[in-house]
Amino acid sequence: MSEPKLSFFSRLLLAFVAFGRTLFNREFATGVKLLSAEAGADVEAPPAPASETDRPRLIEPDTASALQLLGLLQQEGRFVDFLQEDVSSYSDQDIGGAARVVHEGCRRTLREHLDVVPVRTEAEGSRLTLKEGFDAAEVRLIGNVVGKPPFTGTLVHRGWRVEEVHLPKLLEGHEVRVLAPAEVEL
Amino acid sequence: MTEPRYSIGIDLGTTHTVVSYVDLGESDRDEVARSDFGIEQLVSVGAVEARPVLPSFIYLPHPDELGSGDRGLPWGDEQGLVVGELARSLGAKTPIRLVSSAKSWLCHPGVDRRSPILPMDAPEEIERISPLLASTCYLKHVRDAWNHRLPDSPLDEQAVTLTVPASFDPAGRELTAEAAMAAGLSNLTLLEEPQAALYSWIEATGGQWRQQVRVGDVILVVDLGGGTTDLSLIAVTEQAGALELTRIAVGDHILLGGDNMDLALAHVVRSKLAAEGKQLDLWQLQGLTHGCRSAKETLLSDASVEAVPVVVPSRGARLIGGTLRTELTRDEVVRALIDGFFPIVEASAKPASRARGALTKLGLPYAQDAAVTRHLAGFLSRQVGATADLPGFELTVSSTGGSFLHPTAMLLNGGVFKAKTIAERTLQVLNGWLQDENAAPARILEGADLDLAVARGAAYYGYVRKGRGVRIRGGTAKAYYVGIESAMPAVPGMEPPIQIMCIAPFGMEEGTDAALPPQEVGLVVGETVRFRFFGSSVRREDEVGWSSEDWSPEEFEELEEIEAELPPEGRRPGEVVPVRLHAAVTEVGTLRLEAIPTDGAQAWNVEFDVRGEA
Repeated sequence: MSEPKLSFFSRLLLAFVAFGRTLFNREFATGVKLLSAEAGADVEAPPAPASETDRPRLIEPDTASALQLLGLLQQEGRFVDFLQEDVSSYSDQDIGGAARVVHEGCRRTLREHLDVVPVRTEAEGSRLTLKEGFDAAEVRLIGNVVGKPPFTGTLVHRGWRVEEVHLPKLLEGHEVRVLAPAEVEL
Repeated sequence: MTEPRYSIGIDLGTTHTVVSYVDLGESDRDEVARSDFGIEQLVSVGAVEARPVLPSFIYLPHPDELGSGDRGLPWGDEQGLVVGELARSLGAKTPIRLVSSAKSWLCHPGVDRRSPILPMDAPEEIERISPLLASTCYLKHVRDAWNHRLPDSPLDEQAVTLTVPASFDPAGRELTAEAAMAAGLSNLTLLEEPQAALYSWIEATGGQWRQQVRVGDVILVVDLGGGTTDLSLIAVTEQAGALELTRIAVGDHILLGGDNMDLALAHVVRSKLAAEGKQLDLWQLQGLTHGCRSAKETLLSDASVEAVPVVVPSRGARLIGGTLRTELTRDEVVRALIDGFFPIVEASAKPASRARGALTKLGLPYAQDAAVTRHLAGFLSRQVGATADLPGFELTVSSTGGSFLHPTAMLLNGGVFKAKTIAERTLQVLNGWLQDENAAPARILEGADLDLAVARGAAYYGYVRKGRGVRIRGGTAKAYYVGIESAMPAVPGMEPPIQIMCIAPFGMEEGTDAALPPQEVGLVVGETVRFRFFGSSVRREDEVGWSSEDWSPEEFEELEEIEAELPPEGRRPGEVVPVRLHAAVTEVGTLRLEAIPTDGAQAWNVEFDVRGEA
């Protein structure tokens, strides 16, 4: 470390300040916690075996853009209205009428903000062969999964992949949790 | 000032604003480096996105309506109002705070365009804005969006071409230029929209246009925008072996556009629903208009579709029970749109017009006749002699007994023509007239984008102005006259006849001056003197000073008055000073009038009266 060494008294003073702020300032406390965890990792942890560093880490999904997309689907296609409604009591014709609103609007939103393309361009039902080293994220093997590649099978679902996402930018402080504001007519 | 790097075209439309630009350094001859400029704007509450079009709408929000996280733009939010997509969607629910069609108001002679009058139906407490300020706001938004994206090439240092309807009167052009100046666009040129559409076609052919037209061609441009119909005729001539284009005539200002058509369809569906006992409120009618627009495009582009369902969603969260469903059939669309707006008429047809009497309420002077084809017939008959003086057009239509000018090619522009049937009907009607006079059918020029062509053509024009492509010539599309009351003894019950005098001839190019008329008129020092002002789109021969007492209102259209005020510097108030009226067309493309005293002292500006009829 390149910082100058602290004297005992300055350390004592710092300890008091840190004690107070840790107790009363939530952000500061979070920082202290992270710091001690880091220091702990540095000093205490023995060199971990390879298998343990490869242990999968979980990432928190970005809720803001999920909510933003849901808001867009509601705005253009009344998506949330549709899902929140109990459809059991309506006739298919009524549901069909509403489905047109939802389909048209949601489709427009989808096309505007996401470039969705099929993973496989072959027609569903056709036979295809997967060479060794195929992308397992893009193609899922199902059914009688045995043997070694190349695998030959029938395309059941062509799959979808998003090539590009272009969501509108959000203003700082914008409340994305409000998918649709309540409307009050004056 | 540094040499501009970009030529920027701005189509400031009645309902949409579009921006396109050419990188001048990267372009050479027919290789034009042109791109469309996505305009960043609020697209919903709190969300900003770049879109190819900026809807020309302004929303004046209530102070409690939107929070700080709801509006704002990356470059700040000084204007305090909402422009673009969000303005349009907020305004659909609160129309009293929505400013729309500002451009149509800008050339509306009945109102004061510098005074805050929009929105027209706003209650007292809403602070209104003027049509001029509204246009300025759109341009400021474009400027800020541009400067935010390309801070090293600020918009005011670039060559900007702003489009105006060919039919705009001198006052409308002047106000457009004024709005641009207020938005800081100093390096500015105005361009007529139909010409811009043709430039876009030329650019799109990548140099091949010379093979697609020939000397003797007359191109009819029909530009059907959201709010206006704009007609122009452009002739193909030859100069020293090279093809040239000359704009020979423009049509009247017709407030009739695609929006009228969508509204007409919505009313068809509304009465259908009403017959089933279902009433629509204003909000639902608006939803219906959107539904009808896409239904129209489907039905008129795909001949195999017979009916398209149209649904009007409920306002509340209950979507299923409250949604109204009906359908629009091919038959209904054809009847409402094709027969209503594009009927098959004779070439001799004239648009019906009611005399604009004292009963005209304050409101936009929409076209009285909804038939585009009748406006077209009227325009072509009126311009039958438009090619009379052009070299290469010696055998003119009028000299061979034709009753209207015969176009040989047609360029269609505007989103309305996405419906193929409408484009086909327009051509069918025109070719029917041509066939009746044994003329060859006109062909369609294709390749320009119906929505973006005007902005693209404007950007291309800025490039052409640097001398790197063909330029459409033509100058002003009208000759201008002042009306002077004749001095004659008063006769009871008879208005004194008006003598008109030409002060600016037809076809004045940008940056040129008209001659000084020999006649003098008297201005009273310290008083505002007003003159009646006239334009003629058919009199191509009149020179400055030509005057007549015997003129027909058929040939001369009365425009807004012009006025001059002589400050009493060094003169006695009330003294009559003889002056001569001098006209010039500025580099920007506006008409400038001034009064020059005979004794040679400084000239005074003569203004267009844009305050409306008092």
